[in-house]
Amino acid sequence: MTNAILTGLMLGGMYALIAMGLTLQYGVARIMNLSYGEFLIAAAFASHWLFTGWAVSPFLGLAVVVPLAFALNFAIYKILLTPLVRRAPNRDALEVDSILATFGLTFVIQGSMLALFGGAYYSYSFLAFPVQFLGETVAANRLTALGITILLGLALYAALTRTRAGTAVRAVAVDPFAAQLVAINVPQASALTFALGGALVAAAGVLVSTFLTFSASSGVVFTMKALIVVVMGGVGNMLGCLVAGLALGLSEALVASYVDPGLTLAVNFALFLAVLLVKPAGLFGRATR
Amino acid sequence: MTTFLTRRAALLAAATCAATIGLTAIAEAQTSIKIGYAISRTGPNTGGAAVTTIPNYELWVKEVNAAGGIKLGDKRVPIEVVQYDDRSNAEEAVRALERLINQDKVDFILPPWGTGLNLAVGPTLNREGYPHLAATAVTDRAPELAKRWPNSFWLLGTSADAAKSLVELLSKLRDEKKIGDTVAMVSIADGFGIDLSGAARPALTNAKFKLAYDKTYPIGTQDLAPIVNEIKALNPDVFIAFSYPPDTLALTEQSRIAGLNPKVFYTGVGTAFPLYKQKFGKNTEGVMGIGGWSGDSPAIKDYLARHKASAANGAEPDRWASAVTYASLQMLQQAIERVGKVDRAAVIKDLQTGTFDTVIGKVKLENNMPTRYWWVGQWQDGEFYGVAPAGNEGARKAIVPKPAWVAP
Repeated sequence: MTNAILTGLMLGGMYALIAMGLTLQYGVARIMNLSYGEFLIAAAFASHWLFTGWAVSPFLGLAVVVPLAFALNFAIYKILLTPLVRRAPNRDALEVDSILATFGLTFVIQGSMLALFGGAYYSYSFLAFPVQFLGETVAANRLTALGITILLGLALYAALTRTRAGTAVRAVAVDPFAAQLVAINVPQASALTFALGGALVAAAGVLVSTFLTFSASSGVVFTMKALIVVVMGGVGNMLGCLVAGLALGLSEALVASYVDPGLTLAVNFALFLAVLLVKPAGLFGRATR
Repeated sequence: MTTFLTRRAALLAAATCAATIGLTAIAEAQTSIKIGYAISRTGPNTGGAAVTTIPNYELWVKEVNAAGGIKLGDKRVPIEVVQYDDRSNAEEAVRALERLINQDKVDFILPPWGTGLNLAVGPTLNREGYPHLAATAVTDRAPELAKRWPNSFWLLGTSADAAKSLVELLSKLRDEKKIGDTVAMVSIADGFGIDLSGAARPALTNAKFKLAYDKTYPIGTQDLAPIVNEIKALNPDVFIAFSYPPDTLALTEQSRIAGLNPKVFYTGVGTAFPLYKQKFGKNTEGVMGIGGWSGDSPAIKDYLARHKASAANGAEPDRWASAVTYASLQMLQQAIERVGKVDRAAVIKDLQTGTFDTVIGKVKLENNMPTRYWWVGQWQDGEFYGVAPAGNEGARKAIVPKPAWVAP
């Protein structure tokens, strides 16, 4: 039982980690980023390249990849997405425009990765040894990823609820028009949040690359998973993201251990549907007027 | 207005004349052989195509052209390649093939990667009379398809055969008292896993093996720890996974971490990939998987060296369908050279009846399929040798029990 729960927590932590960036980008900056998974894979490739080519540990790799992703995403928002934000008459229009624009971006990123790395599968071994934790044997890299996820989640939660900038970000998430009335620089806050989301997904990509096999075309899997977690938890809600991710991971591990591994997807989607039926705006989401 | 029309008519006439002259010129002297293919450069099939198919197509074209081309009668003509991306999509693959045939007017077509796409393009190639050398398709319908489409050649065999060979090997090991009779089997809930587990289940039961664990998992499962932990608790003699490359790597990794070390450890697609060796190093020793090749044969050693020299980043071929793919290209070339001209019907006839000298040895097809395949390979000392069927030339003896996992 401990083992199943531990596995579930590690898997759920990974789901939450993958989704945290998207909930910021979608919930606050209002950009439904379809190229989200590609950014994750790009970070995984960067980590792979640093590790195999330069023997840089993925933890040090985080220090390189994450700031780089922040800068890149900031630039993308400022150059590519700001015109869309300016032009869109309302939130729904921006959503449609951003879906189309980031869908195109998907091909640009995927194409560059295919040109640079080819289509083959990539994988490397880092911290791939067993450790004893709560009397169970687990993989060190997955446990480390869970630890970092919890740290990132707590730090982000504290930043959003305890700091002035975090409060501004939450205000933009609730109502971008009213936020302007209390002297919040909405375009700036949106750009920074979008970049922060990009930095988070890069962190997820680096951590995930230590234990998952990936290829240039596997980004869509992560976009889908992140989307499910974000919608289930409530768009733009950090806590919802964590709870939804963990719920999916735990249900998957418990069903695989005690019922049948063939039913994990079915249970995932059943849980997703059940949440949407009871709370259409997600676990922690507010119903829109 | 009149002059304009006349001018246009004149232009048209001139163009038609030029086209006709061009056509007769081509008919008189074949200056190149146009070979077309549509391959998955994007989408979910990319990982397989990039390892097994694309490097071999490129290597072959490079080598043939370096030697002056394909011999037609008493002269050599170079190969000209036209290629498209099928985006891992069946409709797209068929559309690309139709374009190759009708618009690019290619002389021969090389097949796409994977069972699904080869099945999808079969009818088109059959209708248009192009030889179809499917080197990366494993399907139980192969004998039936070879009959229905006489232009198609199924070089990788059937899943029933794969399961039968594996169970024969296990029975032999049990007779030698090297293993007991508990088997744990997992399979991916997708084409390959469904086919192979469907064939292995009755074969194992008939051979009186005890199936202690028999479950499937959905494609894209990101943590296989629950499966490995449960199997470890059952302590089986044999572990069989009919898995895809990402899961093959994940199952091996998880087994090493959990300490699941049965006497026979067998995983599916991807075990024969160079990436597997690269990732697990010494820990590959004794791992069995689908595929294998005669690693001691000079032809294979030579092929490995040429592949490494030609492919991007010095990539090695996989130890299953790569050599078969390259052999299929050699067969096509030898058939064209024996016929001596671009006569597709005659080339098909030659492929059906001729004997071919290839990197995997002498090949003579019966009912459009080879007579021997490698079904079980085993990593021994850094090379993935074929161990079953034991009757194959170059078959190695299986190392059983598998040595314990070591710390990386």
